[in-house]
Amino acid sequence: MSITPEDFSCPLPITDHDTVQLAHGSGGRLTAELVEKFFLPRFANPTLARLEDQAVLECPGGRLAFTTDTFVVDPLFFPGGSIGDLAVNGTVNDVAMGGAKPLWLSAAFVIEEGLPLATLHAVLLAMEQAAKDAGVTIVTGDTKVVGKGACDKLFITTTGLGVVPEGVNLSAANLRPGDAVLLSGTIGDHGMAILTSREGLSFASRIESDTAALHELVAAMLAVCPEMRALRDPTRGGVATTLNEFAKSSGVGIMLREEAIPVRPAVRAAGEVLGIDPLYVANEGKLIAVVPAEKTEAVLAAMRAHPLGAHGVCLGEVTAANAGLVAMRTALGTHRIIDMPVGEQLPRIC
Amino acid sequence: MCLAVPGKVVAIFEENGLRMGHIDYAGTVNRACLEYVPEIEVGQYTVVHAGFAISVIDEQEAAQSFAAWRELTEAVHRNGTDLFGNPLPPEEPTE
Amino acid sequence: MKYSDEYRDPALARRLVEEIHRTATRPWTVMEICGGHTHAIMRYGLDQLLPPGLELVHGPGCPVCVTPVELIDKAVAIAGRPEVIFTSFGDMLRVPGSRQDLQMARSQGADVRMVYSPLEAVALARQHPEREVVFFAVGFETTAPANAMAVVQAKREGLTNFSELVSQVLVPPAMRVLLASPENRVQGYLAAGHVCTVMGFAEYEAIAAEFRVPIVPVGFEPLDILEGLLLLVRQLEAGEHRVENQYRRSVTREGNLAAQQAMAEVFRVADRKWRGIGMLPQSGLALREAYAAFDAERKFAVQEIEAAEAAQCISGLILQGRKKPHECSAFGRECTPSHPLGATMVSSEGACAAYHKYQRLRATV
Repeated sequence: MSITPEDFSCPLPITDHDTVQLAHGSGGRLTAELVEKFFLPRFANPTLARLEDQAVLECPGGRLAFTTDTFVVDPLFFPGGSIGDLAVNGTVNDVAMGGAKPLWLSAAFVIEEGLPLATLHAVLLAMEQAAKDAGVTIVTGDTKVVGKGACDKLFITTTGLGVVPEGVNLSAANLRPGDAVLLSGTIGDHGMAILTSREGLSFASRIESDTAALHELVAAMLAVCPEMRALRDPTRGGVATTLNEFAKSSGVGIMLREEAIPVRPAVRAAGEVLGIDPLYVANEGKLIAVVPAEKTEAVLAAMRAHPLGAHGVCLGEVTAANAGLVAMRTALGTHRIIDMPVGEQLPRIC
Repeated sequence: MCLAVPGKVVAIFEENGLRMGHIDYAGTVNRACLEYVPEIEVGQYTVVHAGFAISVIDEQEAAQSFAAWRELTEAVHRNGTDLFGNPLPPEEPTE
Repeated sequence: MKYSDEYRDPALARRLVEEIHRTATRPWTVMEICGGHTHAIMRYGLDQLLPPGLELVHGPGCPVCVTPVELIDKAVAIAGRPEVIFTSFGDMLRVPGSRQDLQMARSQGADVRMVYSPLEAVALARQHPEREVVFFAVGFETTAPANAMAVVQAKREGLTNFSELVSQVLVPPAMRVLLASPENRVQGYLAAGHVCTVMGFAEYEAIAAEFRVPIVPVGFEPLDILEGLLLLVRQLEAGEHRVENQYRRSVTREGNLAAQQAMAEVFRVADRKWRGIGMLPQSGLALREAYAAFDAERKFAVQEIEAAEAAQCISGLILQGRKKPHECSAFGRECTPSHPLGATMVSSEGACAAYHKYQRLRATV
């Protein structure tokens, strides 16, 4: 673990306890203290400050994008981020992949009894910073404390709401033969950062998670290509899974070029050591966009002008052949199928 | 069987009475047991399997393989055509 | 990565392929023993580059594939005990036993942990003196030195709460069995480069002479495998049958003597059952009497567990190169990577799993 709670300069609120107690979830004095000292200062906004059972929001015009996601990660802090960053960025990205501008988040916490309050504080600081960076407000939330062993340290569920601009219609079912498949940067960084920071795998390295909020990049891309077909962030299951979902939903084939796939040397090397293909490894700050072929250069230029898309590439194209399948042309000129993964990617020795 | 990847020894140390090393694979550093390559030194490359270094890569042999392959390439170029009798393309790889 | 990337150079690969085409004048059938080679051949599509007459058959060199069903059942039984932390390479977690695999056992409360090195399992035993730590010691001659060192280290540290469930197998006995079979089609072997890194190849010289087949220890990068095939085809065309070392940067004739010594200290050669093939005499390793205290089968009294294979599965014939995966009636129907009947459909090195992907593209192109 490279980031520890002590790294954060914002001082830990003073309380009678060092760790979260079951009583912190009982609804009594300790619950109020937890909310007032730990949560409210981090997510300060007028809606939340009313402390009602619901957030009452001014409804903007147009269509809403609405999403929810639960975040569980071991370890809670990993090179490049923490569960707090993921909980904000992950949900912001799910809203953004509908082409929407994210506005509000809710956050619900399931905390295991005994979690150091310093750890909770550090996670909340990360969420505060991530929400600020993403320009979203956390307007409502909930906290539950469960007994030792009933959950693993801390689970966070966030729900996001955003507004979809006029004329944007993104769907995995929209792909057409000839379309270009674009990717915003290197693959596998997040999953490999988590894997190499796990115990039992003997790693002593720093691969950093790519966790980031992508909505501004999305807006820049949509500005030059409102007719974009599909957009998705390849999280669990990686790029391979997202592309397979696209191919199946649209009833088309996808042909990738192996040389086009950007992988950091350290991620590729860790993949070789563990026998894991980065195509199947999770990303938390990358997106895949499918655009009409004639918009390829314009969208790539828009991507590359944004820091989160600086290494944007065209991975390949949508084909009428091989409907429902993703294939790759290797550097040797041969072909292979990029299948859906079966179950979890496990490090292997053979 | 036997997924084993070459890496460079960047540190050698002792742990629980065993000779261990840090192995660098293009920026990813992993630990490996060096008991089976007692002669290895920092800077050399080794093949690691299941957390154990099993050989010291012979750099001279590796260089000779490439010399042989390049020789093969040149021989084909002298021949002037590919296996189908077509003239060789100017650049590799070809589409 | 040095010693990896340069062995994937497309221009050099093309030259080697051309040379193979130029050299092969007749059809030949060669076997890659090692599942690592099967995996690399599929990953890089090397089979698509070969002359149509040069057939690759996939060998039994996948420890996941050949570990017998009852060993998985024994692993599940041991893992289910409350005092046990059961440790394994990630490879074995999804291999079906007769009723369960290790992942299912974990979902039912077993403490099953994945480790990358057997020394990590020893470290767990050190950290948890109140628990019994068991390591699933599978593999060929490549993992044997690592698994041997774990036992030596546990003994040295006086850790009485560490043991291994051993399922070690050896490559040369399987090579002999395949060549001796009346149905044998294999005319030459690509031998496993990392097994030879440990063991050397002196033992293969007798096999090459006795059965008159060329044997080439090869590395795992595309250029290694292509050069290995070229060396094999050259010998076959010339009627030769030598052991010719392609993987010279890692393999020597005598192998890694320190590793062989540790293996011999801890293990003795024993009869072993191979999944799908059956009992092969003197084809594996078992712990020596001096290390009996580290034998999980004895410690947890699971020697008696027996199991039968799925009746429909022909993985035995596939592992012997006698059938191709698509010749199985269950292939792609009852048996898929999501619902495997046999281990060859589970392992990333298994011929059935590899064919399942590859076949789908051919069917639709």
